[in-house]
Amino acid sequence: MASVRPTLRSFLPFAVGAPLLWALQQITPPDYNIILIAAGVNIVLAVSLNVVNGFTGQFSLGHAGFMAVGAYTAAKISVALTGLDLPFVSTAVSDQIGFAIALLASMVTAALAGILVGMPSLRLRGDYLAIVTLGFGEIIRSVIENMKFLGQATGLSGLPARTNLVWVGVSAIATVVMARRLAVSTQGRALFAIREDEVAAEAMGVDTTGYKVRAFVISAAYAGLAGALISHAILLATPRMFTFIRSIEVVVMVVLGGLGSITGSILAAFVLTIALELLREFQSFRMVAYAILLIVLMLTRPQGIFGHREIWDLPFVRRLLGGRLVPAAAGPAPAAPTQIRDDSTAGPKGTA
Amino acid sequence: MSANPLELKSVTMRFGGLKALSEFSLQMAPGELVGLIGPNGAGKTTAFNAITGVYTPTEGDVTVAGERVNGLRPHAICVKGVARTFQNIRLFRQLTALDNVRIACHARAASGFFDALFLTARYAEDEVHIRARAEEYLEIMGLSHRRDEISRNLPYGEQRRLEIARALATGPKVLCLDEPAAGMNAAEKVELMQLIRSIRDRFGIAILVIEHDMRVVMGVSERMLVLDHGVTIAHDKPEQIRRDPKVIEAYLGDAYLEEKHIAVPVQGGGETA
Amino acid sequence: MTEFLQHLVNGISVGTIYALVALGYTMVYGVLKLINFAHGDVYMVGAFSGYWLGALLGVRSSFSENPPGAGEIFIKASLVTIGAMVVCGALGFVIERFAYRPLRSRPRLTALITAIGVSFLLEYGFQLSPWFRTPIEFPPGPSPRVFPELLPRVGYEVFGVYLSNYDLVGFAVAIGLMAGLQWIVYRTRFGTAMRAVSFDPQVAGLMGIAVNRIITWTFVLGSALAAAAGIINAVARPKIEPLFGLISGLKAFVAAVLGGIGSVPGAMVGGMVLGLAEEYVAGYTSSQYRDAIAFTVLILVLLVRPAGIFGRVTVEKV
Repeated sequence: MASVRPTLRSFLPFAVGAPLLWALQQITPPDYNIILIAAGVNIVLAVSLNVVNGFTGQFSLGHAGFMAVGAYTAAKISVALTGLDLPFVSTAVSDQIGFAIALLASMVTAALAGILVGMPSLRLRGDYLAIVTLGFGEIIRSVIENMKFLGQATGLSGLPARTNLVWVGVSAIATVVMARRLAVSTQGRALFAIREDEVAAEAMGVDTTGYKVRAFVISAAYAGLAGALISHAILLATPRMFTFIRSIEVVVMVVLGGLGSITGSILAAFVLTIALELLREFQSFRMVAYAILLIVLMLTRPQGIFGHREIWDLPFVRRLLGGRLVPAAAGPAPAAPTQIRDDSTAGPKGTA
Repeated sequence: MSANPLELKSVTMRFGGLKALSEFSLQMAPGELVGLIGPNGAGKTTAFNAITGVYTPTEGDVTVAGERVNGLRPHAICVKGVARTFQNIRLFRQLTALDNVRIACHARAASGFFDALFLTARYAEDEVHIRARAEEYLEIMGLSHRRDEISRNLPYGEQRRLEIARALATGPKVLCLDEPAAGMNAAEKVELMQLIRSIRDRFGIAILVIEHDMRVVMGVSERMLVLDHGVTIAHDKPEQIRRDPKVIEAYLGDAYLEEKHIAVPVQGGGETA
Repeated sequence: MTEFLQHLVNGISVGTIYALVALGYTMVYGVLKLINFAHGDVYMVGAFSGYWLGALLGVRSSFSENPPGAGEIFIKASLVTIGAMVVCGALGFVIERFAYRPLRSRPRLTALITAIGVSFLLEYGFQLSPWFRTPIEFPPGPSPRVFPELLPRVGYEVFGVYLSNYDLVGFAVAIGLMAGLQWIVYRTRFGTAMRAVSFDPQVAGLMGIAVNRIITWTFVLGSALAAAAGIINAVARPKIEPLFGLISGLKAFVAAVLGGIGSVPGAMVGGMVLGLAEEYVAGYTSSQYRDAIAFTVLILVLLVRPAGIFGRVTVEKV
């Protein structure tokens, strides 16, 4: 029987990425730090949501709820662990270990929330799923707002400043690697099958409900991670940070980049973070510009920047790389905006 | 004792007040070719849906390889050994032909999410096996040259063949084909008939075919069932079915029978919808 | 007992608002299979339209030196209400024509996101600082405004229950509008056409129904009803600001889902039921849970009977 040990090769991206990120952190001026951190967190959010909305074709609008679960979990744990002094290591290292524990815990609780929300909800299709995930997201927020233990409406403050470029970068790498490995695997293909035709997928032996829940749970876990990271960057965790507007912002990133395209999500997350940052002075107008962008985008190019492709599918990139990196057809499958109870051929015209 | 790959005992499907299928019974031995015909709305696809788990039988039992499968979800029944194609082709349209077939191999894979994420040896092995198996079935159906083509771009006849390849890749004991010849021209239909027989010869699986084209279904079936308004009005060899007045009446109406001076037997039992 | 009745009165009062707004959601969903996220904001625009019209028409408070007479009150209140309905009807027309119609053939996710975009546009657009100040301040900016007093408030006490003429008039107007809508939907050719389009737009078109026109008028109608709801609500609760449509819109949406989205009687019943549920639960436990009730109802409905009270359960043909 083949071994089920994680291979060393699977950790390669981190082994390469972490030192690079550390170097990046040393050279980045502090003002740009927060923007890069925000961009990184948005990458985690967008790519993880893409697994549910893009790969599996399920329209989830509750991402912010899982962020909240992760943020509060990590906050409680990191505050409890400050001053933790492990033997044999310096306080700095102790702090990092404490943070790592907090992050892992945030993913676990968010995953649990994902199970609780996903299991009853994923029987529903299309619009109904969108509404119910939205509802659950708001309920989570409502519950937090009413719990004294979680600081009610004012939330938790005084969180230790643990998030830095390395943590965010590693998390982003983890998310992208997760999505990519999923996309090329048989599990990922099962998710695509569910998106394409749930009835046929079920008939071919795919446990559609089980897989939808799994995709949902993985996505929720990473959302929790993002929540934990952002709350330890701005040193605050309040219910207002995690409204459904936040969920919609993530959905916009995913659609802007192209549903099902990992590189699309990364690019969109980056672009939107920078754009929102640049427009920061304009306050209300920033949101109006955002709204207009949405409308114009949907009217002109609903499949997003990359549509159903990854960056290496673009002809000029392919020429550049000499076709070595990834063969086009074996990559993540093409996707069009989810067809909700709509049998007409829609989405991008032409083949990949 | 080897059990029959598929057995239906008095399966009845009721939707509210409508009885779509009445006491439908069928026993299939390994390698048998059975045809299922009837006018539109007779309940043929309903029978398929009851077999494959899309519907849970209101009454009666569906047994696959000796195991009762009533109430199981379709994916579980697929794993037990029932595969099907659909009346309106249901391929994974945006995916390549290869991916369509590879998905059918998924249920038999040993690896899970953990393996995929951590690149275990089991995962690598599974991927190799799945790919090899998918390629094999594409080859058998003559679609190897289309492996990287997006399935919705394939010509209609090839799409039908791809659907069959996909169903076969699940490794079934019973294959249910829902109107496989629909939309095909005469030459393609002849090829299809040969294909169905060769599948049976090569894999030894039982095949149940819904079909409207009489030549096709009579050409491949060893025996046939005729449904009308959910009731089985005949169950016999093709030659007998062809001459059965009840069947002729169901398809062509009693005016035809009168014209040909054929006696009309009294319809017994069964509720009409 | 009086508490029970008081909650009943309040619940009905709030419920009719939800019902009127829910009707817009349900009608649009019926013909377009689209959840018009922007509808709650149309409700908000309705209230603001009333505010501006009130200023333009010189609606005077009954506490001013020159209080208006009964005739003047009636005329101005009607003009404000009808005017707001016209404005929002026009807004609905514009939204449908320019934001939704081009996407008719696209997957519905696209239209959904566009709807979200329109919603944000209205919400945040109205929060911008005013571009001009005469004759009205537009956009109104984020600070709350006080809706003009269309009617002087008269309170009554019946069996220990407090209600005001606002409740009564609001209820009467709402019932009138709903009755009117019932008549339109079930007794006119337009209504029949609307229902045909909601069953199958393609076939309806083949039967000679001008589908685009029907859809446009459905939007106009729904938006007008939302405006009326906005006015009725603003009279009783005069503080209005650009974001207040959000939460009410969401609740009205829940009401529509509860009643069965796509069903006109469903929206009316759903609105009332939600209003009453909210009143009773918040009344007997704590008002903190007011907003959460709507979401809880939503979850329960979707998990237990997604089609809602009057909805049709459709089975996908395999």
